[in-house]
Amino acid sequence: MLASPAMSDIAAIETADLVREFKKGPRAVDGIDIRVAPGEVYGFLGPNGAGKSTTVHMLTTLLPPTSGSARVAGHDVVEEGTQVRAAIGAALQEAALDPFLTGREHMKLQTALHGLPRAERPRRGDELLARVGLVEAADRKVGGYSGGMKRRLDLALALVHGPRILFLDEPTTGLDPQSRSALWAEVQRLATDDGVTVFLTTQYLEEADLLADRIGIIDQGRIVAEGTPDSLKAEIGRSSVEVVPSAHEELGRMKQVLSRFGEAVSSSPKGAAVRLSGGDAQLADVVRALDAEDIRVEHLQLHAPTLDDVFLAKTGRHLEGSGDGAAEEEPEPAGVAA
Amino acid sequence: MTPGLALQVGTLARRSVVRTLRQPAMVVPSLFFPLLLLAVNAGGLQEATKLPGFPADTYLDFVLAVCFVQGGLFAANSAGTNVASDVESGFLNRLSLTPLNRTALLVGQLAGVVALGTIQATTFLVVGLIAGAGIHAGLAGAFVIAALSLLISLGFGSIGAFVALRTGSGEAVQGIFPLMFAALFLSSMALPRDLIETDWFRTVATYNPVSYMLEGIRSLVIVGWDSEALAMGFACAGGIAVVALIGASSALRTQMVRT
Repeated sequence: MLASPAMSDIAAIETADLVREFKKGPRAVDGIDIRVAPGEVYGFLGPNGAGKSTTVHMLTTLLPPTSGSARVAGHDVVEEGTQVRAAIGAALQEAALDPFLTGREHMKLQTALHGLPRAERPRRGDELLARVGLVEAADRKVGGYSGGMKRRLDLALALVHGPRILFLDEPTTGLDPQSRSALWAEVQRLATDDGVTVFLTTQYLEEADLLADRIGIIDQGRIVAEGTPDSLKAEIGRSSVEVVPSAHEELGRMKQVLSRFGEAVSSSPKGAAVRLSGGDAQLADVVRALDAEDIRVEHLQLHAPTLDDVFLAKTGRHLEGSGDGAAEEEPEPAGVAA
Repeated sequence: MTPGLALQVGTLARRSVVRTLRQPAMVVPSLFFPLLLLAVNAGGLQEATKLPGFPADTYLDFVLAVCFVQGGLFAANSAGTNVASDVESGFLNRLSLTPLNRTALLVGQLAGVVALGTIQATTFLVVGLIAGAGIHAGLAGAFVIAALSLLISLGFGSIGAFVALRTGSGEAVQGIFPLMFAALFLSSMALPRDLIETDWFRTVATYNPVSYMLEGIRSLVIVGWDSEALAMGFACAGGIAVVALIGASSALRTQMVRT
């Protein structure tokens, strides 16, 4: 168990060696330690099957940990589940909605079950529907909503009781860019204007980079890197340059030239890339060297370090696409006995 | 703030009723098919009334009870499908994150079954009377038929909810539907038990609780007030409801894992 911290030192979320094993399966979560400060947006980044959703299920009291401990809003998730649930809101991986109810009926249901006073329920429901831009669709059945509308309603439902901590499990997966941007804006507003702590899981680099104050990168149940997006990228340090020759036959010779400037990194099959050992300033030298060797270039691009580079450096694999395939699907937590 | 139990049950019951009534594909077949079977049987098996010892003047009077039990089987499908859908969609997780009492959840979920059962019982009684059936137990008997019919729906609905909560699968719920129909066909649905000549069939029908549910309702239609038949009917329907509710409650504890 974690020691009870002083009030001023209470983390919004804190875990110690948190583990979850499933029957006949690997450790979905394999000893993670997280500390999220109040008001922080924490991005939990990893591929499918990395253990993100299992972690969220444990932190939201929906799944007991196999071992280790976790406190949310200062309460132990195992011993004080009721207090934890009162302090949190959650929009889990699927927008869990009833297709036969309207948006407004969902708000009525949720406000009543959270025990809001009768007079306050419609006001709160309307306020949240307006906030997520669903006033016009409020009286339509949810079965006819788009994916983005469902996600926004899901978010509104998670907020009815004014939670201090919000868990968002892959909130933008499957959404079009416009819906994704709208949801990002709302998450940013919640964090900056309302001071809500946000624990956000995602497999999208851009999402984590844009929204998160700090990021924990999880792979195969373990946190492999943690820090601010900038500090993580700074760990990787140098930019890389990717070059595609005009003539494919020149690829071998071009790789030899590029090898003078740093170690090879992955690139498109048509070209080659190296991490510049001397930094961005070497780009001009690369161009001059290729010109001196009379290698004509179809495409040349300087890549600043990304979170995918961080993931690659820590795991030897790329994040994007690394979780595809049923074999890596995370076990379904609901209903699994501890 | 934790809402009171009554508010929780009322809120979930309203949702369950609204959800059920907004699915015509669930309501219409549960009315249409029992009435279709009633029309076919009443029209085609009238000759059975000539069997020595047959207890009714018309086959319509005899077979009307089947509608109510068959409606109950549809209730099982309705309740099970709705609950399984909540498990599969994650809606149960959403409810788990509220200060919701598990009992309230189960009772609330089954309110849709009761609503559907009320519509079924009313429809079958009205259609039966219009078609010429007579209820020997009178108006009070009609109310008792409705009450027993609701208890049957609740019992079968609870079986559907149990299967849904145990498996979390709509397919599993669909899978038990034919089994429950087999239970109906292997009962005293078409003939009184003492007129079933095939030994194994008569034995199965005698041990089949569905027979007693049918006979309870049937007694009110063709005899009047038969306390033994009613007691057996209510005991079987109530017994199934209690056992299935206990099973569903236990399955809900497993399915609704929260610390």
